[in-house]
Amino acid sequence: MTTLTKTEDTPAPTGPEAFLSVRDLRVRFSTEDGVVKAVDGLSFDVERGKTLGIVGESGSGKSVTNLAVLGLHNPQSSSVTGEILLDGKNLIAASEKEMERIRGNRAAMIFQDPLTALSPYYTVGRQLAEPFRKHTGASRKEAKARAIEMLTKVGIPQPALRFDDYPHQFSGGMRQRAMIAMSLMCNPDLLIADEPTTALDVTVQAQILDLLKDLQQEFGSAIIFITHDLGVIANMADDLLVMYAGRAVERGTVREVLQQPKHPYTWGLLSSMPRLGGDINEALMPIPGSPPSLLNPPSGCPFHPRCAFTEKVDGERCSGERPLLAEGRAAACHLTPEQKRTIFIDDIKPRLG
Amino acid sequence: MLQFLIRRLTGAVVIMFLIGAFTFFLFYTIPQDFAQLSCGKNCSPENIAVIRENLGLDKPITTQFWEFMRGIVAGRDFAVGHCAAPCLGQSFSTGDFVWDSIMDRFPLTLSLTVGALVIFLVIGLGSGLLAAWKRGTALDKAVSGASMVLSSFQIYFLGPIVLGLFVYSTGWMENPKYVPFLDNPVDWAVALLIPWAVMATIFTAQYTRMSRSTMIEQLQEEHVRTARAKGMPQRYVFFRYAWRGSLAPIVTILGMDLSGLLAGGVVTEFTFDLAGIGRLAVESSLTKDLPVTMGVMLFGAFFILVLNIIVDLAYAYIDPRVRLA
Repeated sequence: MTTLTKTEDTPAPTGPEAFLSVRDLRVRFSTEDGVVKAVDGLSFDVERGKTLGIVGESGSGKSVTNLAVLGLHNPQSSSVTGEILLDGKNLIAASEKEMERIRGNRAAMIFQDPLTALSPYYTVGRQLAEPFRKHTGASRKEAKARAIEMLTKVGIPQPALRFDDYPHQFSGGMRQRAMIAMSLMCNPDLLIADEPTTALDVTVQAQILDLLKDLQQEFGSAIIFITHDLGVIANMADDLLVMYAGRAVERGTVREVLQQPKHPYTWGLLSSMPRLGGDINEALMPIPGSPPSLLNPPSGCPFHPRCAFTEKVDGERCSGERPLLAEGRAAACHLTPEQKRTIFIDDIKPRLG
Repeated sequence: MLQFLIRRLTGAVVIMFLIGAFTFFLFYTIPQDFAQLSCGKNCSPENIAVIRENLGLDKPITTQFWEFMRGIVAGRDFAVGHCAAPCLGQSFSTGDFVWDSIMDRFPLTLSLTVGALVIFLVIGLGSGLLAAWKRGTALDKAVSGASMVLSSFQIYFLGPIVLGLFVYSTGWMENPKYVPFLDNPVDWAVALLIPWAVMATIFTAQYTRMSRSTMIEQLQEEHVRTARAKGMPQRYVFFRYAWRGSLAPIVTILGMDLSGLLAGGVVTEFTFDLAGIGRLAVESSLTKDLPVTMGVMLFGAFFILVLNIIVDLAYAYIDPRVRLA
């Protein structure tokens, strides 16, 4: 039995200066098989100049959340409820026209695969200049100058020549740089980076991460950085949100979450990471099972079927009662704080090395 | 680009030659005396010999083939006179030059094609785009349903119904016929309206379904989502980004349909009792009139090859990733 009240999913970790504030976000898709609860009561805040990392497996709702922030879900097949406050304005209630003015202007997005995310049919320059002209009313010439300026900033050599190239004439790393340049054309206050380095070589990955950090310092944007790579997040983010089955299961600063993780799922993520210098015979500890179906999520704690610690909790609470995520530094788990600490120190930490 | 054209055109010539050779030699495997055919029954052996000489049938088959091919490029002399290039030979049964017979018939075929093409492109692509724009709505379902039903119709089914309705029972329109465009463009259009409408109905349905489904596919592409994420207006995203990506598959099918139509629509021509290239092809193979059959085949092959090259050029224009070399 799931006991769930309406209020429990809306704790408010509100900072007064939160630039983006998401409250009780629910995204549902109606499919032929039923309603998929892709995001189910998610709340978080991002401050200006700060980076929020969101980690979780594929299908945990990371990307769905961020597409919802920009209002990019098809209203015919999905329903988005809750509150998304961008600088005080509720985006869920905004009209399509208002959203068009915000997208690419105040809030921009960097997609995962720069190969498919740039149109093959138009030059890089045109794709960069387009949103700038639309949002600022600039002339063709001004937009071109701005695009070349941004291409320079993201480190594209000979930007004036490259302006007229098509995306397929760019390498993967350059394409992602161009994508980043595109997202920064209008100095957005919020930048959503959806696994921006997953499709890239490791060396290029490091360059792109550096670039993002530099640009954040320069422009002071708030960044939401989505990834499944905890190594990257340690390097990039200030705060961290761990998502599982469409919900936040752990929240805190990056330091707190990575050094003293409190949720068995976070432990699992950390233990599945190979470590450099580890023994070649040392087994990785993957999380058993696979992410749950969001058509019929498991009762109680959605992680309980894959959790190794359910017997430490009294009775049937894990399968019967959904654990809540408290405000601030918290983890949604029925284990007592004492248990969490001892399990982590005795069982998990030694494995992480 | 120039290199591409030269290469492709050379290839096309080679293919035309192979098609010609194949048809020619295949025809000669038929155990049939063409001179006898041409002369008819009760023909004296002397007459047959004369005809055989006139048609060049007394020469070895390779020589005949050579003369045929040479005639296409350089023209050829027959007993009845000079046949100018491109000479496709002389009909066994009527004695007319094949090229002239084809040119007699072609204006009708071209008229049928152009008229139907304009209608089915405008209505087909238009309604497909509309359905994609309004996808999931009642309008989309109505358009999709109608196109599904219509595309399963056939010309020989729909044609007689329309003829019966508008010509025979009500007498609102006359039987379709060919009026040369230059004589009177209005009569030309009016006289062919029924075949156009019937042909276009069936093609329209196909193009509606195709443009709708490729558009919906394109709208789910990531680069289309990026364009929306940049704040570009929906209409702009639809026509600039999604439509651009839909063009390639549509142009491919269009090239194929167009070459088929120009090579002659047998069913259409028989349904509406019109004399175009398709009818010529059928009649010639029924009477074993080899030069005409070959001429029509090569004529059709020419359009297929040329339109193929045009489609490839269009690809390169549509998609900058396609390099012509």
